[in-house]
Amino acid sequence: MSTGILSSHSAEVRTVIAGRTKRMRRRRLVVSLLVIGVVAVFLVTLMVGQTFYGPLEVIRVVFGQTVPGASFTVGDLRLPRASLGMLSGFAFGIAGVAFQTMLRNPLASPDVIGISSGASAAAVFGIVVLSLDGAAVSLLALGGALVTAGVIFLLSHRGGFAGTRLILIGIGVAAMLESVISYVLSRAAAWDLQTAMRWLTGSLNGAEWSSVLPLAVAAAVLTPLMLSHGRSLGALRLGDDSAIGLGVRVRRTRLFVIVAAVALLAIATSAAGPIAFVAFMAGPIAARLVGAGGSPLLPAGLVGALLVMLSDLVGQFAFDGRYPVGVITGVLGAPYLVFLLIRMSRSGGSL
Amino acid sequence: MRLTWILLLLVAIIAICAASVAFGVRSVSPGDILAALGGDTSTVARAAVVARIPRTVLALLVGAALAMSGATMQAVTRNPLADPGILGVSSGAALAVVVGIAFFGMSSPYAFMVVAIGGAAVAAIFVYLIGSLGGGASPLKLALAGAAISAAFASLVSAILLPRVDIVESFRFWQIGGVGGATWDRIAVIAPVLVAGAVICLVMARGMNSLALGDELATGLGVNVLRSRLISSAGAVILCGAATAIAGPIGFVGLVVPHVCRMLMGTDHRWLLPFSALGGAALLVAGDVVGRLVARPSEIDVGIVTALIGAPVFIWMVRRQKVREL
Repeated sequence: MSTGILSSHSAEVRTVIAGRTKRMRRRRLVVSLLVIGVVAVFLVTLMVGQTFYGPLEVIRVVFGQTVPGASFTVGDLRLPRASLGMLSGFAFGIAGVAFQTMLRNPLASPDVIGISSGASAAAVFGIVVLSLDGAAVSLLALGGALVTAGVIFLLSHRGGFAGTRLILIGIGVAAMLESVISYVLSRAAAWDLQTAMRWLTGSLNGAEWSSVLPLAVAAAVLTPLMLSHGRSLGALRLGDDSAIGLGVRVRRTRLFVIVAAVALLAIATSAAGPIAFVAFMAGPIAARLVGAGGSPLLPAGLVGALLVMLSDLVGQFAFDGRYPVGVITGVLGAPYLVFLLIRMSRSGGSL
Repeated sequence: MRLTWILLLLVAIIAICAASVAFGVRSVSPGDILAALGGDTSTVARAAVVARIPRTVLALLVGAALAMSGATMQAVTRNPLADPGILGVSSGAALAVVVGIAFFGMSSPYAFMVVAIGGAAVAAIFVYLIGSLGGGASPLKLALAGAAISAAFASLVSAILLPRVDIVESFRFWQIGGVGGATWDRIAVIAPVLVAGAVICLVMARGMNSLALGDELATGLGVNVLRSRLISSAGAVILCGAATAIAGPIGFVGLVVPHVCRMLMGTDHRWLLPFSALGGAALLVAGDVVGRLVARPSEIDVGIVTALIGAPVFIWMVRRQKVREL
């Protein structure tokens, strides 16, 4: 009798273990493929342009050797641009999926609920009205995004936290901030479309080390911290009560995730503008690639980096004119949104 | 009581319209205003006043259309947060016009209007379908679908306009709405269409009252729910599309005005719709005057003013709702 229970138990346990190993293996495979993809696209971005440089030359430049001709084009022009694309995509991806997981809605990415607009509005104000540049703009954008997130969070906190209310209030705040951005831009001394596009849809044009550096530091500090909270964040997806039952400190986790995600997002936005829909698309794509189980944070970051770099390549070279990267991701976002919504209706709303 | 409110509002509209003609970026003396109203355009000041008249008329028409369209959309979706801007219907109209200009060389106001109404209809159907996937359209799903769709459409608009140097000047117009470019010719094109849309909505007002009871009860009372919903939506889409074709996307008028009117007039749509139209007209003209005055010597487009007024109202409304109703 007892042996019967034991053996049936162990059979179930074995199935669970087998499933887990299978998912882990798949996850590891997908993550390594994504890493390889990111590195490969990064190198391609460095290689192509007005003049083509071979992979060896590019790698030598990246490692600091002086190569006649290539050092300037690759090292000074293409390297900051590629780094900015990779880092901002990574930051958007992680921040987006953190919000989507926390609010339990794939549509509730920070660019739809107004937090990116907060960073843009502050940055535009800093550049146009206060004539700031560099690190000051990054700081201001960070402040703007944090304040916006705080305001949205407080306004939606009425007798307890409610994700739905937060999302709707975010949409309202976004609409208001968008009009502030439009107004400030219309007051800019010269109506420079290039600058405008950067703050309306995001662009990698004119990338400089001074804007890449804060982003790199932020990503290096905040990514490990976010990843260490991945498990608690996953538990939040079950709802507050279940998460508390599992021993998650719900309020602390939520506060930490919001602050970290907003900081990443704001610094990325201040460097590259609110690259449209990357934060929105990266999470669901990553969740689909990796499958169930495990935290979607890291894969989403990698998918985001790939999305931005590939879209920038497309925007630069696929058409007659040159498009800023945000326009390409925005156009990609439209059909993807439809696909996501149709799939959501079938699976009942999860990522 | 209702008549008193309507009379008060009419008086307010007349006062606001007078202000709209009298005040602007350029300060004009009372004598010049009177002379200009008599048809005299001999000086710059008088010409400026004459130019303000079509602008005021356009703001009246567009405001009325948007507010009535918003009230109708709220009735059809039974969703207090419905608004042509929030649901992405205006951005659908804007995208359609931009496609028409860029790829088909459209230039006549008639073509703009037809295309804009088509675009608005497509966007409305689309957002409603997406929002009602997976068991009924909740305000949250509709608003999210609308926000996401407008963001996607805005990207498409930039993608189409950016490389076209010849039309890029109109770029800003299709991002922020305004009534600065009003002419009598364009108003003449749009006015009959707006009247038609308004008549459709007003005729359906009784049906909208039944829709408010819920589909089952309305069916039980002998109302053809699907038909009322389709015809009312058509009216709302015509109003919003035509207004967007001439003034660009202007948000929140359709949200704020019907909501305030409902507090004053109650929920009977036979009263609510015309009252909302009056309120929308008053709000848009007033917003336009404010936009002209606060930023002298330049102007703030009325679309920005309405967003700054409307978004806080939207947030306040969301806070009032109970969570399970969202």
